[in-house]
Amino acid sequence: MSKRSSWSIPYFIFMVVFVVLPLILIVMYAFQDGSGHFTLANVTRFFSDKDSLSTFALSIEVALENTLLCILLGYPAAWILANKDLNRSAVTVMLFIMPMWINALMRTLATAELFNVMGFTLGKGTLLFGMVYDYIPFMIYPIYNTLQKMDASYAEAAQDLGATPWQVFWKVTVPLSKPGIMSGVLMVFMPTVSTFAISEFLTNNKIKLFGTIIQENINSSMWNYGAALALIMLIIIGLSSFLGGNEQAEAEGGLI
Amino acid sequence: MKKVLAKCYLWLLLAMLYAPLVFIAIFSFTESKVMGNWTGFSTKLYANLFTGNMNSGNGLISAVENTLIIALIAAAVSTIMGTIAAIGIYNLKGRKKQAMQFLNNIPMINPDIITGVSLFLLFVFLGVSQGYVTVVLAHITFCTPYVVLSVLPKLSQMNPNIYEAALDLGATPAQALRKVLVPELRPGMISGFILAFTMSLDDFAVTFFTRGTIGLDTLSTFIYTDARKGGLTPELRPLMTLIFLIVLILLVVINVRQEKAKKTVKSR
Repeated sequence: MSKRSSWSIPYFIFMVVFVVLPLILIVMYAFQDGSGHFTLANVTRFFSDKDSLSTFALSIEVALENTLLCILLGYPAAWILANKDLNRSAVTVMLFIMPMWINALMRTLATAELFNVMGFTLGKGTLLFGMVYDYIPFMIYPIYNTLQKMDASYAEAAQDLGATPWQVFWKVTVPLSKPGIMSGVLMVFMPTVSTFAISEFLTNNKIKLFGTIIQENINSSMWNYGAALALIMLIIIGLSSFLGGNEQAEAEGGLI
Repeated sequence: MKKVLAKCYLWLLLAMLYAPLVFIAIFSFTESKVMGNWTGFSTKLYANLFTGNMNSGNGLISAVENTLIIALIAAAVSTIMGTIAAIGIYNLKGRKKQAMQFLNNIPMINPDIITGVSLFLLFVFLGVSQGYVTVVLAHITFCTPYVVLSVLPKLSQMNPNIYEAALDLGATPAQALRKVLVPELRPGMISGFILAFTMSLDDFAVTFFTRGTIGLDTLSTFIYTDARKGGLTPELRPLMTLIFLIVLILLVVINVRQEKAKKTVKSR
């Protein structure tokens, strides 16, 4: 049996070359100037540049608002879907996941176009709406999953012991579905912080998010500053996934 | 009453989710250059799509081809590598196992843009010219972890003795692998393959950073460049409508079948 553990070696080597080394390179490029000498200038430039800082703050703000809206709108939907009295069909669940199979950029462009036709000016409002629209399936699905697996006898026990339906919901159902909410938060928050293209399309280039300035720097060959910005994002992601636990991977793996 | 309210809420959300898709579908039946401008019913865009006779040239068709080929190669390689890796990881113990699982999680937690930028820097650092090969490698990188995660549970459900039994009964390791291990793992490998395939199809950011400057386009990057140039290729509308219909039909069929299967099991 133990011999077959060596089967993981090729994958280990692959991962070191294509995952670990590239991440080290981000750190390396972030602390180098154009000619390869060590410098802190890229990092200090970010903290002294008002535009970058305000873009960064805006990205975090939009991501937080988007996550909150997704929970507020998505939790009731997940709850209804998982409730056997209200919904019996797996097809309805599938209908919520199905838009994810359509190219995200195309959906976003159509959303933007729809806003134009309806006479909304593209700006922060349309950005938020478009983001909620893009990411809400990622919130609904993990919450639905935990709610569905939840043992109904807990809620029944609470009811038998005299809790009102409202109390049952807040004191039993919501706390028990916390893992689902956490993985939903990770699956919505992190992609929103890092998105580019989507924000450009939804606001007609008026609002830039953090992902966009990383992309602009990399594409205009400012690799070192781009890498420094990527490093800052990496730290944010690391922190939030550390705080949020490691449930994202499991939730995503369960999508099919 | 409660039921009606609940249903209303679900349908309202669904209406919101599907509005842009329906919007695309409606405007795939008119010839106008921009969406939202109705110039009379016409199926010309569909005809153009199938005859390849488009104003924008062959870009869209080759982008679709590239997307499918890249997704197929990436999913196939990820499935093979991921399955072998899963068998290895399953047989590891203690710290080494934890380390491999942690490593396997990194690409899944990383946002696309970080994966894209870091691989871009890798190819720059190694002096590799970017194009088809680098895009495929990048896709394999973010697809394989999902295969590993789909195959691992199948390994722990499997009775480890049957493989050994096959060896004891005179099977060569290759035979035991082909006739015992692979059939046991097949459901995990299939869902891993499908997951990898859809992840690759849907990718934009990683492709964007690793495709280099040779003008290689997948559907996502094609749409992006097209939109930045101002004005989407109108034939994208019928294409998206068709993709939408195919996916919808496939998913409904799969789900209805699963529900039926569940019901027959219960009625027994």
